[in-house]
Order: sequence, then C-alpha cells, then structure tokens
Amino acid sequence: MPEGPNGRTFYQRVVQATPGGKSLAQCLQCGSCGGSCPSGPDMDHSPRQLFAMIMAGMEDEVLSSNTPWHCVSCYYCTVRCPQQIPITDLMYTLKQMAIARGKYRESGHVDFSNSFIGMVERFGRSFELGLATRYHLTHNPLKMVSKGTLGLQMMVKGRLSPLPESIRNMPQLTAILTEAKRIAAQQEV
Amino acid sequence: MTAPNGQYAYYPGCSLKASASAYERSAMAVLERLELRFVEIDDWNCCGATEYFSLNRLPAYSLVARNLALAAAQPTHELVAPCSACYLNLRKTDDHMRQEPKLKEQVNRALAAGGLHYEPGTLRVRHLLDVIIDDVGYEAIAAKVTRPLAGLRVAPYYGCLVVRPFESDDPEYPTHMDRLLEVLGATVVDFPMKAHCCGGHMTQISEDTAFELIRRILHNAAAYQADVIVTVCPMCQLNLDAYQGNVNRRFGTAFNLPVLYFTQMMGLAFGLQPEALGIGSELVPAQAALNKIGQVPAETPRHTPKRRDKDALPMPSRQRR
Ligand code: SF4
Ligand code: SF4
Repeated sequence: MPEGPNGRTFYQRVVQATPGGKSLAQCLQCGSCGGSCPSGPDMDHSPRQLFAMIMAGMEDEVLSSNTPWHCVSCYYCTVRCPQQIPITDLMYTLKQMAIARGKYRESGHVDFSNSFIGMVERFGRSFELGLATRYHLTHNPLKMVSKGTLGLQMMVKGRLSPLPESIRNMPQLTAILTEAKRIAAQQEV
Repeated sequence: MTAPNGQYAYYPGCSLKASASAYERSAMAVLERLELRFVEIDDWNCCGATEYFSLNRLPAYSLVARNLALAAAQPTHELVAPCSACYLNLRKTDDHMRQEPKLKEQVNRALAAGGLHYEPGTLRVRHLLDVIIDDVGYEAIAAKVTRPLAGLRVAPYYGCLVVRPFESDDPEYPTHMDRLLEVLGATVVDFPMKAHCCGGHMTQISEDTAFELIRRILHNAAAYQADVIVTVCPMCQLNLDAYQGNVNRRFGTAFNLPVLYFTQMMGLAFGLQPEALGIGSELVPAQAALNKIGQVPAETPRHTPKRRDKDALPMPSRQRR
C-alpha cells in the first residue's frame, strides 16, 4: 500500500483523522449508505465505492472524487450503516485532505466555505449579505442577478442585515483560532 | 424535569439574529408563557455551520468550543440551541472531545490561548424542540392552549440534524413534533419526507442539487394537502421558503406553502398575536392559511384551490381524508 510521509497508509491517515473512524475496517460493502444518499445521482462514486477505494489505497482517485463535496451532511447513511461507521464525518475528513493536497475539483464548494469562514474569522459571526456578495462576486457574478432579487425581498422583510455584527472579544477568538491552526499545521492529515 | 435551577444557557446562532429573527421572537414569547428562563451566552460566536469542518477540523472544533467554554461559566448544565446546525456542532464538539483525549487536549491548548478551558461532558447540549417537549411536556403545553389550531393541516418538517446522528426520536420517522402540533389542535398530515434533507448550503453552491431536494419536500407536503409546513431550523425555513419561487420557476410547479417555525404555531395556539411572533416575515405569506383558523382578521380569504402536480404520484392519502 502506498505510504504517506510518516509511514502511515492513506487508510490509516483517514481513519486517524476521524472520530470513531476505526470502525471503517468493519465496512461490509453492503451499500446501505449509497442507497440512502440524496446526493447519489451527483456523485462520482457512492460512499461504499469510495470506502473500497480507500481500503485499496487509491489516494489520488479518492481525493479527486467529487463525492465528499456533494455530501449535504444529512447523516442518513450514518444512522443506517449496520457497522456504525461515521460516514458523514469521514466525508469531512476527505474534504480536508483534498484541500490539503490540492486535489479537489469542486472549487465552488471550497470558495464558498472560504468566504464563509473569512467572515467568521473577521467578525466572529456570519453575515449573510456579506457572504452572498463576497462569494458570488468572486465565484459567479452572474448569479448575483437572481440572488440579488431574493436578497432584496429578504431585506424588505427585515431578514437581511446590511451591516455585519461583530463579537466584542475578537482578540480572544483570533488568539484561539491562530493557536488551533498552529497545532493543526504541525500534524499531517 | 426542567434544568435544576430552571435556567438554560441559550445559544441563538447567527441566523436567529438576522434571517430567522422571527424564530427568536416567537421562541422568546413562547418561553415566557412556559416560564422557562433562557440566558443568552455572553459574546458567543458563530458555530462555523457546515463550512469550517470541511476546511480544517481543529480550528473548527475550537471555534465551537469557545461557545461551550463561555456557556459552562453560567450556573446551569443545560445548553440550548434553536438552530439544528448549531445544535449539532455544539453537541458533536462536546461528544468528540469526550471520545478523543487527544482532541480534547488540543482544543484546550487552543482555548488556553484565549484564557478559556472546556471540560467535555460539563454541558448537556440540546435542541429547543427537545427542551420544550421533554422538560415542559405535552400536558403542560396543552394547558396553555387558548386558541386551538383547529382545521389547520400541518406538515411537520424535522429535517436532518435534530434527529440525526444524535437520536432524540426515531431518526427516520420522528413523531414528537407531530404530537406537539396535535396538542395545539392542528391536524398533522402524514409526511413521509419529514426527515429528509432541505439541501443545506447547496442553495448557495449547486442549485441543481438543492432545488431538487427542496422540490421533493414541497411536493410531498402538497400531495398530503398541508396548509403549512412547520420547521425547527432556520436553514430549513430559508431553503423551503425563500427558494420556493425559484423551485416553482425551475420545475413549472405552483407550490404555495408557507413555512413557519414550531414556536410560531405554539404562540398562535397560546393566543398570541401573529405580529408578536414574527409572522409576516416569511416570503410565502402565511396569511391565507391562518385565515383558516381565524387568526388574521378581516381579509378576504384567498381562493387557494388544492393543486395537483401533473407529475404527482397517486397518493393513498387522497382517499383517506
Ligand atoms: S452502510 Fe456502512 S457497512 Fe454498508 S457499505 Fe456503507 S459504510 Fe460500509
Ligand atoms: S450524510 Fe452525505 S454521504 Fe451520507 S447520505 Fe447524507 S449526503 Fe449522502
């Protein structure tokens, strides 16, 4: 099996980065996960196939699959899996690994997550209008036209704030996140 | 069974301060009637929604853990969130820190940089729906009903995260909100899609994926002749309400289903005024449906013929009622 920098296989790295991930070894390849998945039609590989590929050490193929990016985090697969494998959390792990290795192809998803977290790191709160404009301006300016009408309706109904709200203790939050990132950077995913 | 000192730490989450302010308004009005004391966590921050866990898990856990640490400073062990995504993130962080000593140690090292600490297991993280049902109970709720929602057909929409993966009821066909709505006097329709996904953040990223998921839910509620969809989550409300027009345009459908929060239904049944519950801020107006229960005075009831989707499957319920 192809090994990573610390002599750990791809499978081991996936499992160790996921709480409860060890149970992946018990996967029966029963397919309940894929059968439960509302995003199945959009996915390159069903969750079951993806897990077989992880076992086979197909790191590149797994990390460039669009499957984790189409996961809507509904947890249907997780509660249906007869082996109690934390499938949804495994999808989160694979997304992080794909970003860390620059393998992802779904840039729209990553841009959106980055815009969202950019707001949070700056204000401590998410801010829907800022998010919508920032993400759509950088990613898909044409979408702003249709989103714009919806945004206007929301504003009229008092549901969209034109101004970001910030928490008081931003220095504290920044210190926490900076330290967390420093610790994360020391470990290999 | 309420919190020992009757107090709950309250984590509103970003949506309740903006797009879902109607949820907070109605929740506060109802909590007052139920005599539950919620104290907002001072200076809480965003939970990161589903975005941070996709990027970098340690900062993601630490972001959430700051809220847990601040909440744990309050004189209560009960932490309540009305948003299903916030609830899951808070509960998952507590749970994973408990499961994984290494994660606990690393998150606490990050928190220490801000002078904070959180001992997993200190708080019991709960969703607002579960608190109201488990701690107040159906009987006590029934005792507060002054204007039963008689004749209103409601589709109870749970979505994902309030019932999965931490199971507060059956994860696929929950019924605890059904019972709550029955206690309020409403007619609860059978609703097979009640715990399916609203599409989450996909409305922002991939409309093809999101609109189809929303369409299925609306279609199901319409097929069972619901007047209103009742929800427990700001994200679900936003997706089903604000994007209903887009879904109609894309699929040539004519859904006209108002989407209200369960706390708004409770408030109405408790005799509170619709405005005091934030009713009117939904994009698909609830007025016609509320006329049915005489809640909105003096307005010509709009003629809303029950639509039948041309692609609807024959539903046994059509004969049932
Ligand atoms: S449901 Fe569980 S055991 Fe079955 S294929 Fe999926 S991950 Fe494996
Ligand atoms: S959690 Fe993700 S992978 Fe699992 S069923 Fe839902 S969308 Fe599919």
